Amino acid sequence: MPTFVYMTRCDGCGHCVDICPSDIMHIDPTLRRAYNIEPNMCWECYSCVKACPHNAIDVRGYADFAPLGHSVRVIRDEEKGVIAWRIKSRNGETDMNLLAPITTKPWGTAIPKLSEAPEPGQEMRDSQLLFNEPKYVRMDDGDLHTLESNGLQMKAGVYY
Amino acid sequence: MPKTIVEDNIDILVAGAGLGGTGAAFEARYWGKNKKIVIAEKANIDRSGAVAQGLYAINCYMGTRFGENNPEDHVRYARIDLMGMVREDLLFDMARHVDSTVHQFEEWGLPIMRDPKSGSYLREGRWQIMIHGESYKPIVAEAAKKSADKVFNRICVTHLLMDDSKENRVAGAVGFNVRTGDYHVFKSKAVIVGAGGASNIFRPRSVGEGAGRVWYAPWSSGSAYGLMIGAGAKMTQMENRIVLARFKDGYGPVGAYFLHLKTYTQNCNGEEYESKWFPDLQKMVGKEYLDPELSHATHRPIPTCLRNHALINEINAGRGPIHMVTMEAFQDPHLEEIGWHNFLGMTVGQAVLWAATDVNPKYENPELTTSEPYVMGSHATGSGAWCSGPEDVSPDEYFWGYNRMTTVEGLFGAGDAVGGTPHAFSSGSFTEGRLAAKAACKYIDDGKAEGIRVSPEQIERRKEEIFKPMEHYKLYRNEIVAGSVNPNYINPRQGLDRLQKLMDEYAGGATVNYMTNDKLLHIGLKKLKLLEEDLEKVAAKDIHELLRAWELKHRHLASESVVQHTLFRKETRWPGYYYRGDAMKLDDENWHVLTVSRRDPETGEYTMEKAPCYHLVGDEEAAADADVA
Ligand SMILES: Cc1cc2nc3c(=O)[nH]c(=O)nc-3n(C[C@H](O)[C@H](O)[C@H](O)COP(=O)(O)OP(=O)(O)OC[C@H]3O[C@@H](n4cnc5c(N)ncnc54)[C@H](O)[C@@H]3O)c2cc1C
Ligand code: SF4
Ligand code: SF4
Repeated sequence: MPTFVYMTRCDGCGHCVDICPSDIMHIDPTLRRAYNIEPNMCWECYSCVKACPHNAIDVRGYADFAPLGHSVRVIRDEEKGVIAWRIKSRNGETDMNLLAPITTKPWGTAIPKLSEAPEPGQEMRDSQLLFNEPKYVRMDDGDLHTLESNGLQMKAGVYY
Repeated sequence: MPKTIVEDNIDILVAGAGLGGTGAAFEARYWGKNKKIVIAEKANIDRSGAVAQGLYAINCYMGTRFGENNPEDHVRYARIDLMGMVREDLLFDMARHVDSTVHQFEEWGLPIMRDPKSGSYLREGRWQIMIHGESYKPIVAEAAKKSADKVFNRICVTHLLMDDSKENRVAGAVGFNVRTGDYHVFKSKAVIVGAGGASNIFRPRSVGEGAGRVWYAPWSSGSAYGLMIGAGAKMTQMENRIVLARFKDGYGPVGAYFLHLKTYTQNCNGEEYESKWFPDLQKMVGKEYLDPELSHATHRPIPTCLRNHALINEINAGRGPIHMVTMEAFQDPHLEEIGWHNFLGMTVGQAVLWAATDVNPKYENPELTTSEPYVMGSHATGSGAWCSGPEDVSPDEYFWGYNRMTTVEGLFGAGDAVGGTPHAFSSGSFTEGRLAAKAACKYIDDGKAEGIRVSPEQIERRKEEIFKPMEHYKLYRNEIVAGSVNPNYINPRQGLDRLQKLMDEYAGGATVNYMTNDKLLHIGLKKLKLLEEDLEKVAAKDIHELLRAWELKHRHLASESVVQHTLFRKETRWPGYYYRGDAMKLDDENWHVLTVSRRDPETGEYTMEKAPCYHLVGDEEAAADADVA
């Protein structure tokens, strides 16, 4: 549902502008604050909402099918590795808090730098293997599946 | 005129870094330690592409090491679901590598749920595993950033550069920065296109402010297709658009609801409706493709399109709406929570919609409906470029040297960009990127990219072309007092509206119940040509509109390809995705083939051909076959 920005909370930091995949969060040149310039290209993906350090962005359901008076709020915390949601329905009967993990490792620490991985040899280059394989591709930790190993052929014709 | 910024001596350029592109950039570093790897992405790779808001499931995981499935099982599943029309070499290859990708994601910190009893990943269905994937995209982006030399965010790539010394060889790409307006030139030995599929080429069901509420993200501009078609690469299965049965208006996912929460659908009278449409449908497609009894006995899946067919027909028969029966499952508080998490993890808008309309699925069964069509190649459909497969699997017709290389030398694809590989999803798309990266490094190491030359003339010509919509605006804006109505130009939104309306009405969109025929398609082509002329006169008042103008041009190229392919295949292969009213039956005798097209970049003329459909068969089946023959 399209986003909007609360005038008193926004300080024009531009985090939302930087992240919006649709390029529709822009800074108003006179007010120096952000707003959604093209609500009908908004996917309500909440990327900007999650990125705003001042919780200045909220979402109001699309006018053409969503009645007013609801709210779905979110706080994403990279340090704690969790995301917290609160859903409130229009009639107030649904009011839920939901929490989910976003990572199991301290942020950005567990991803290898492949420039530091040992260089693959010619045999590996000539094989069908990718980085780190055959680890994980087979139950018996054997080699990659091939037509031969699995008793298969590629045949033209009609097979169902 | 805008500033020109040239990035030279690139080895591997990744154009568009969603799931496919991040996979490519990550893996390329391993095979190309000293290579220069550069990403050009129109948004910010931390949250770009179809996975920007996260996912709650990884839909393609074999579990081979837990003894769950072998790659060929997945190939058979995709073949059945797509009514036979898949590239089984590419699918087998993706499936044999995808588990290593998924296990790496877990090592990187992606929370994957585990089955406490078996220790394996928690299954949603035979192929799907459940994740807490809100940060799926930031995590894979981190991996890509660690491998790439440079990441250029906010570059809309508009064209591929072609080698001026050797025909049909790629030499990089050009585009513009959507913030600064600078012209960017990337000279590269190889290019991996990961620019994603196409939403918004058929008129969406939503209107007005809600028009951004589409199933595939509104920024999925068909650029993978626009770029590759524009460079003269062959495309395949572009007629194979997809229609989704989803929660009405919010397009919330249904996979977890069906598979994990065990909800089911019924018509407005509370009746099961699917089975009664199957006898007639069986006459259209043949018993080999739809056999409910066999499916019941063996768990052979009923193809997605055929289930859509039943839903569409039940609504047309006056027994809508179709409801998802949630009231039973949601009595269990644990399942209720999963139901909501499922939306928050990947389609927040559906949660907003239910909150806004006071839908409590515990006490009310929400509505389902079918979406407008989408063109993409990694979900339950396989549109995309005609690519080479791996040498140890592919037959001659499917193999020309480098895995995932298109018919343009040095031009590779990943994810939605690659044709014939449905059911790759997020994990399969990332895996395809990895495969393309290894092959692209080999292409360079084999010396295939020697002597590339890009003339200054080519660079200048593209620059003029790219910024023309802004020049056009400046030229004619002051002829009128104000407003958006001008006799000399249309703006990108007006052009998009026209494209969507004509695709909807002539190429089988939602408002005509997905119906088209030869006559309608011919009219559609004519209107697309006229639109093409007007796109020369599209006007952009600022750089943001210039972005929309180029997205529109890419969507237009993709659309024309869809219509050409739909016209070529004279049968109804996927009832429920679209119907050829003049050829309502599936026709294996003439059309058990893959469709392949090429648009001549100079003339815009299309040539169409049929390519053989190879299937993966077990040795025993093949031997039995030989006996019969
Ligand atoms: C609603 C929804 C639910 C889904 N659910 C699941 C699921 O549960 N599980 C699962 O595994 N998969 C799921 N998928 C599928 C999965 O998201 C896709 O298969 C996958 O993201 C495709 O990868 P891709 O790289 O081809 O495209 P994308 O990930 O979309 O990436 C395309 C990239 O190209 C960029 N780009 C586009 N045009 C240009 C241009 N002109 N210049 C530069 N860059 C450009 C985009 O910004 C983007 O970063 C879902 C998809 C959607 C939309
Ligand atoms: S991120 Fe928040 S505070 Fe910063 S500009 Fe955007 S709305 Fe304003
Ligand atoms: S919700 Fe998503 S698409 Fe909409 S403005 Fe925010 S980041 Fe952009």
